[in-house]
Order: sequence, then C-alpha cells, then structure tokens
Amino acid sequence: MASPSDRTFWEYLTHISENQSPLDFVLVIDHIDKFFYGAIVTLEITALSLLIGGILSIPLAIARAYKHPLFNRPIWCYTYFFRGTPLLVQTYLIYYGLAQFDFVKESFLWDPILSKAWWCAVIVFSLNTAAYTAEFLRGAIENTPRGEIEAARACGMSHKRVMFRIILPSTFRRALPAYSNEVIFMLHSSVVLSTITIQDILGVGRWLNGRYYLAYEGFITAMMFYMILVFIISRGFRLWEHYWLAHLRPRTNQHA
Amino acid sequence: MRGHQLKNSQSVMPALAVEDLHKSFGDVEVIRGISLLAKTGDVISMLGSSGSGKSTFLRCINLLETPNAGTVTVHGETIRMSFDKRGVRVPADLKQVVRIRSQVGMVFQNFNLWEHMTVLENVTEALVYVLGIRKKEAIEKAEHVLEKVGMHERRDYYPAHISGGQQQRTAIARVLAMEPKIMLFDEPTSALDPELVGEVLRVMRRLGEEGRTMIVVTHEIGFARDASDKIIFLHEGLIESEGAPEEMFGQNGSDQFRKFLSTATH
Repeated sequence: MASPSDRTFWEYLTHISENQSPLDFVLVIDHIDKFFYGAIVTLEITALSLLIGGILSIPLAIARAYKHPLFNRPIWCYTYFFRGTPLLVQTYLIYYGLAQFDFVKESFLWDPILSKAWWCAVIVFSLNTAAYTAEFLRGAIENTPRGEIEAARACGMSHKRVMFRIILPSTFRRALPAYSNEVIFMLHSSVVLSTITIQDILGVGRWLNGRYYLAYEGFITAMMFYMILVFIISRGFRLWEHYWLAHLRPRTNQHA
Repeated sequence: MRGHQLKNSQSVMPALAVEDLHKSFGDVEVIRGISLLAKTGDVISMLGSSGSGKSTFLRCINLLETPNAGTVTVHGETIRMSFDKRGVRVPADLKQVVRIRSQVGMVFQNFNLWEHMTVLENVTEALVYVLGIRKKEAIEKAEHVLEKVGMHERRDYYPAHISGGQQQRTAIARVLAMEPKIMLFDEPTSALDPELVGEVLRVMRRLGEEGRTMIVVTHEIGFARDASDKIIFLHEGLIESEGAPEEMFGQNGSDQFRKFLSTATH
C-alpha cells in the first residue's frame, strides 16, 4: 500500500470524499455531465410547454374575459379540471391511460407522439400551464382601465386593434409578475418527468441514488441545479420587469 | 395648408350636425331631444349642472354611447344606424363608425392616456395604427404637436411620471396629431388641481383661435364666456337656452341660466 505522500492529489481528494466528507463530491463530479444533460431535458420540456401553453392561454383568456357565449363554459370546465387536479395524476392519465384505448394505439398519432413519454409530458404540461395562465390573464384583461379602452375606441381603433395594441400589451405587463411565478412553478412541477422514464434533473438524481445507494449525492445535486435555474429565471424576469414595467416605477430623475 | 381646406369647405356644409338626439339608460331618459349645428371653426361650450346630460350628449357624437334616436352628421356624412336581432339600436356599419371616430377627436376628463406608453408613443400610436402613417413621419408629426402643447421635452416620460395638467396636454396632442375635423372636450379640466387648470385652458384657447371646431363640455364659466362662439345651456336633458356668450350673459339671458351661474360660481 502506498504511503499518503505517494498519492496524487486526486486520489487524496477521492479518499476524503469517500470516507470523511458527508457528501461524496467526487462521485457527483464524476457524474456531473449527466446532471447537465438532465438540466437540458428539464429546460427543453419546460420551455416548450410554457411556449405552447402561453400561446394557447391568450385566446382562452380573451374568451373567458369577454364571456364568449359558446366557449366560456367549456373553457371554465377545462381550467377547473387542470387547476383542480395534480399534474402528476394528469400525466399518468395521458401517459399510462391512453394506451388502454385501441383506437388511440391504432391512430396515426400513436407512433410518433402519444407513445413517447417526452411528447406526452409536453402535451400535459402545456395544457396545465395554459389553464393557470389563462385564468390570471383573464383577470389582468378584466383589469384593463376602461378609460384607456375608451380612448382607443374614440380615436378610431377597431375592436381587433384595441385588443392587440392596447388591451393585450397592458395586460401582459400587469400579468408579468404573476407569470414569473408560473414559470418557476412549472420548473418545479417538471420533476414529474422523472416518474415517466425521462432523465430530467431529478431523474439523474434518482438514478444516482438507485445505483450507489447514496441519497444525498443525487438529490442535493438535483436541488442545487433547480435552485440555480430558479435564480437565473427570477433574475431574468426582474430585468424584464425593469424594462417592461418602467411606467410603474416611482419617478426618478434618470430621464429628466 | 389645413386652414385653407377648412375655409373652402366652410360654406358647403356644417362640421357637425346633430338632430333630435335621444338617449336613455334603462328607464331614465338622459337626453330628451337635442339638436346642434356647428360650423367649421366654431367653438361651442356646453354648460349645465351635473346630470343635465352634457357628457352623455358628447359621447353620443362619436358613438361611445349609442343614441336611441336622432342622427349625427359629421362633415356631411350621416352615421347610419340599424337595429340588431333584439331590437336594440346599433350602428349599421362599424367601419363607418371607426372612420368617423378618426375624424372626431375626444379629450377626456381623466385624460385616459395609455399608461404603458410614453408621451410620444401615446401620440404616435393612432397615427401609425389608425391613419397608417409611417412610423418616422408619425414621430415627426407627434414632436410637432407636442411642441405646440409644450410637452416636447417630456416626450419620453410615462403618464404616471407627469402632472395631471401635462397628461391632459398630452391627451390634447394625441387628438390634435390626428388632424380631426372636430374636437370634443369632456370636462377637460374637472379632474385637475386648480393650479393646473390654467395651462390646459391656455392650450384650448389657442386651438380655438386657430379656427378649430370644438365642442367643449365644461364647468369653466370663464372659458365659455371668453373663448367660445356659442354657449349651449342644458337642463334636464334639453337645451334650455343657447346663444352667443354676450347674449347669454347679457340682460336677456334666461333665468335658469342665471340661476346656474350663481350656483356654479360660488
């Protein structure tokens, strides 16, 4: 056996990591690339779902805010369902549930989309975030100052113009702080991915735990990844708000 | 340039003709048959105690409220009305309404500036998105009118960061930039602190002197007397009396108007 002085620095570090450190950080460093891949998967699915869900939520919110005679009730049922049940259950329902129906398995959508966990997740996540976003967008639309709408109509804007030039821009600004929460919640909710075979951040943590029976290493690393992502996201939103909500800031002399 | 066009059309047709306008909210008839004729260049002040229907009348002119009966004619073009399935009177042609609104500017009591846009953007918005003017020209035009109302150096401010008087002058610039045929003012100084009223009235007087057609609903007796060609006094949804300021304020003015003046000025 070699004396301590013969060991390389790395071997020395590994020794400490395995025997003395409460957290085997060398093991984590050895697998850190997997966590980065996991982060990419998490971000990919979360971002795509937010994009699809966000776009979807706008017409839904408009129909709700203006009580569309045909669509208002069905949309209410939809948002009530998706906001009233856990995302995990919704995901299981689509991913495991759909396979029970032969007509689904025989449809042309089965092979490319519905049989894939990745796509099922995107579909469920999109519908879920669309439901939440639609409801607070609806509130923000309803809070558009009446006078601003009136002024827009009075200078000759059509209904469509008023919607796209006045109501929606003002609505999005008002909804931005609430939306940053939704984005962070969505990131947190994306841990559901790891339960349907997808190697997201938590998925990698679970794999590490399963392989080495080391719970801390996998889960604490996963937590760190989520925390860093949340930090970056909220920082980004704060910048966005600074730029977009300049009209709500107390008056400063910077542009005097 | 614009002045010449206005003068040529002056003899041809009135800038605004309203005939026998009625408006009810539920069972309450707020306007019970009001007619009005404004020549190009007229400044008409509408006075009356609150509840006399003057604001509602103004809002009927550009169809922010739909009149129950009567016609509105702007520069010879009558707004066509029809009835919807439930028998409610509605504008027959929304495109026409939109077009006429772009020719009839309105200044509101609460300014109603678009809060998320700067002063300059408030003015260019309708130029670009209603009149279809190119952005660069719209900015030039906006800067010109902002100069005129004394808001040029504040053009990058947001409405929340300027005073009420400045907001109202911006709102006037927003309307002015559209080069409307008629400008409607709905109690433009009522929401202002007393010390800010003057700057807005000054701008309005200048516009009147330039020969713009203006209908002004106001509580500013001084403005009505000095700056308008005609005063219309409304009482309970009807025109109680009307005439040139010197007639209205002279010996032969109506008793009702005199009574209104005595309460309004105290």
